[in-house]
Amino acid sequence: MRLSPRQVAAFLGRRLLFSAVVLLGVLVLVFLLVQLVPGDPIRLALGTRYTQEAYDALRAASGLDRPLGEQFLSYVGSALTGDLGVSFRSGEPVTQLLLQRLPATVSLALVGIGIALLIAVPAGIWSALHEGRVSDAIIRVTSQLGVSVPDFWMGMLLILLFSTTLGLLPSSGYVPITEDVGGWARRVALPGLTVGLVAAAIMTRYIRSAVLEVASMSYVRTARSKGLPAGVVVGRHVLRNALVPVLTIAGIQLATILGGVIVVEVVFAWPGLGRLVYDSVAARDYSMIQGSVLLIAVMFLLINLLVDVLYALVDPRIRLA
Amino acid sequence: MSAPVLQVEDLRVAIGRREIVHGLTFAVEPEATLGIVGESGSGKSLTVLAATGLLDAPGARVTGSSIVTDGERGAVELVGARPRTLRRVHGDRIGFVFQDPTTSLNPLLTLERQITESLEAHRSLTRRAAAGRALELLEAVGLPDPEQRLRAYPHQLSGGQRQRVMIAIALACDPALLVADEPTTALDVTTQAQILELVRALQRDRGTAVVWISHDLGVIGQVADDVLVLRDGEAVEHRDVVELTDDPRHPYTRELLAARPRLGVPGPPAVDADGGVLLDVVGLDVRFPVTSATGRSFVHAVDDVSFQVRRGSTLGIVGESGSGKSTIAHVLTGLARPTAGTATLAGQDVLGRVPADLRRRIAMVMQDPFSSLDPRMRAGESIAEPLRAHRLPRDGRSPRERVAELLELVDLPADFAGRYPHELSGGQRQRVSIARALALEPDLLILDESTASLDVSIQARVLDLLLRLQAELGLTFLFIAHDLAVVQQMSHDVLVMQRGRVVEHAPAAELFAEPRDPYTRALLDAIPPERPRAALERAG
Repeated sequence: MRLSPRQVAAFLGRRLLFSAVVLLGVLVLVFLLVQLVPGDPIRLALGTRYTQEAYDALRAASGLDRPLGEQFLSYVGSALTGDLGVSFRSGEPVTQLLLQRLPATVSLALVGIGIALLIAVPAGIWSALHEGRVSDAIIRVTSQLGVSVPDFWMGMLLILLFSTTLGLLPSSGYVPITEDVGGWARRVALPGLTVGLVAAAIMTRYIRSAVLEVASMSYVRTARSKGLPAGVVVGRHVLRNALVPVLTIAGIQLATILGGVIVVEVVFAWPGLGRLVYDSVAARDYSMIQGSVLLIAVMFLLINLLVDVLYALVDPRIRLA
Repeated sequence: MSAPVLQVEDLRVAIGRREIVHGLTFAVEPEATLGIVGESGSGKSLTVLAATGLLDAPGARVTGSSIVTDGERGAVELVGARPRTLRRVHGDRIGFVFQDPTTSLNPLLTLERQITESLEAHRSLTRRAAAGRALELLEAVGLPDPEQRLRAYPHQLSGGQRQRVMIAIALACDPALLVADEPTTALDVTTQAQILELVRALQRDRGTAVVWISHDLGVIGQVADDVLVLRDGEAVEHRDVVELTDDPRHPYTRELLAARPRLGVPGPPAVDADGGVLLDVVGLDVRFPVTSATGRSFVHAVDDVSFQVRRGSTLGIVGESGSGKSTIAHVLTGLARPTAGTATLAGQDVLGRVPADLRRRIAMVMQDPFSSLDPRMRAGESIAEPLRAHRLPRDGRSPRERVAELLELVDLPADFAGRYPHELSGGQRQRVSIARALALEPDLLILDESTASLDVSIQARVLDLLLRLQAELGLTFLFIAHDLAVVQQMSHDVLVMQRGRVVEHAPAAELFAEPRDPYTRALLDAIPPERPRAALERAG
């Protein structure tokens, strides 16, 4: 049964409304962050640069001298128009600083999740379909290892191998893809691989158990009882049904990487969001922390929305519920 | 005479080192039905899956021979056959229908796709031709609005409709043999009767041979020409259905025949008229909100239901799935909230906020003995838990003594207190559940399909136990079941429910002798009769 445009609109509308409510909650929490900080955030941000004039100027510029309700309304109002205030530390607009970091983070995330999917999907499916065999054992042990190894260690090993020993790839730095595609690719390779391998290890295990669970379902036996070719049984009946849990874990992994893989970014001197958050926390730059948290939350919401829509495309029980 | 469609010789199935099926030999003749009957663990499904090459258990070894013959298309050995050979036979020469239609259809594919797959695989039909055939098949299995249903998904169908679709899938390529593994067990009795009729009609029209697996001798009597009785992987008796029913030779067959629930069994002994009313339910109404894409709506689960239960008696509540019978149990035990109505136990309100001492006077035994006991708790701990919650017993005895006493009451040895649920059989688990319910010394015991998932021989013993407990302890039962024969055996009064409403409420003797409501009559008519259908056909 095909869906009417009205049903599609209703489905998307409900999901969007849900996202908006969550976003409002995030705004409240982010706003309160500065209010709840022990001590005076302006004072903390200024540190040794403190003078009364500088204090008053920053306080007025950040609007912290106004009543709480008014502050909140103006915060939400400007946040919705893309104005997240100025960095306590540098005095530059937060939005601008975040946007500078976004391309680096997005390229790392997309390369990372791409590598993860390329490894985890075939490995997880193979492992499940060969349950108990040697190849399954090898995949399981390897993925367990990948989950256990800290990402910075993995990153350092990769640097040691590919740049120090083989001298094939640069060990750090970032070039925007718009400036030099080759240079971008060479520099994103190692951090991307680090992030991707860790995510692949986690996802392989999920995909394996999702495929195993579906393969034991009664409808897979029905498919076999029809005498279908093995590829059709696996492709049409097992994998499609295993897709929903796989989408879930892929979405969570993507959002996690987008939110910043701080240690990996530090190891590879990668100018991403993670390092921005790290530097802002170290400098107690609260307006910057607020902005980053908000951006990360919005990215999570968008990915969840995307995953929800994909669920509905895969599963008629969700779209026709 | 032509060769059997399926000829099985000395079939053995071992899993690991344990042999589970011990050398079975049987044949399925063209256009005939072989019924395979046995209790859980008898190996009946395993036998047929192994014989047809569909067994997919890790470590399973199948030996012997199983040959499928299909007219001029020749004979194929299935034991030890290569996957390619099996794929050519499955769906084409042998069609399969499995037990639970809710899980045996792929939830993500339209019905059309699920029917046309095998046509494309075996008949090389174009998608279009296959779709046309799918429509014919849905018409043949009597699905309403077949044209629309082609595009529907399984979750949009009822259980009976899904099983019709399964049958359409199984018959898509006009197989010589149809394997039906408990195809009506998950269905309501009226739906079961329709599916039995449907398979018989299709078999008549197409000349398909059938292997019908069931735990229910009543169903087997309706479909089978020959019956193979299995116990622990061995053939106990293999004979013509009428001879087997009239003159069972093996004691196990006799036991099975005697244990199956039958209508016309005398009910429980009459109760004292001056016991008074224990439970009084007036105008009970339960609605559940349901949120869907199109908005909120309400399911009217229980619609203005009133009844009384006399102290020491049993009220049987019967109805099909979705009739609201379990919802009543949930309301009385505080698991669901009524929208309207009152319920009093010996004059005290039991709905809403109820003091613990009143709450414990109503206890419940659930249907599934496998999921209603905590797998990490020993039987004794499960029974003692409610005792501790209510600080019982109050006469100075220890909970341990009370647990031993309760186990004795349900005919289990005292040392069973130390066993975990997985160390108990289904019947023993249900006895533990009953002991746990009795721990609080309730006045009213609600039995919600409490024997429905047990094998017939074990069900018969648990029912005897319940009758004895009622007599000894003066218990009052609310006996909820879908099986009218069991309800007749247990109940003094019977309430028949349909879609949340009471359609008939009468003393059991009266209701079974003279059912007034058409729905009650339909329920009674749908029960497979005691005599096999073949006996009646041969007689006349």
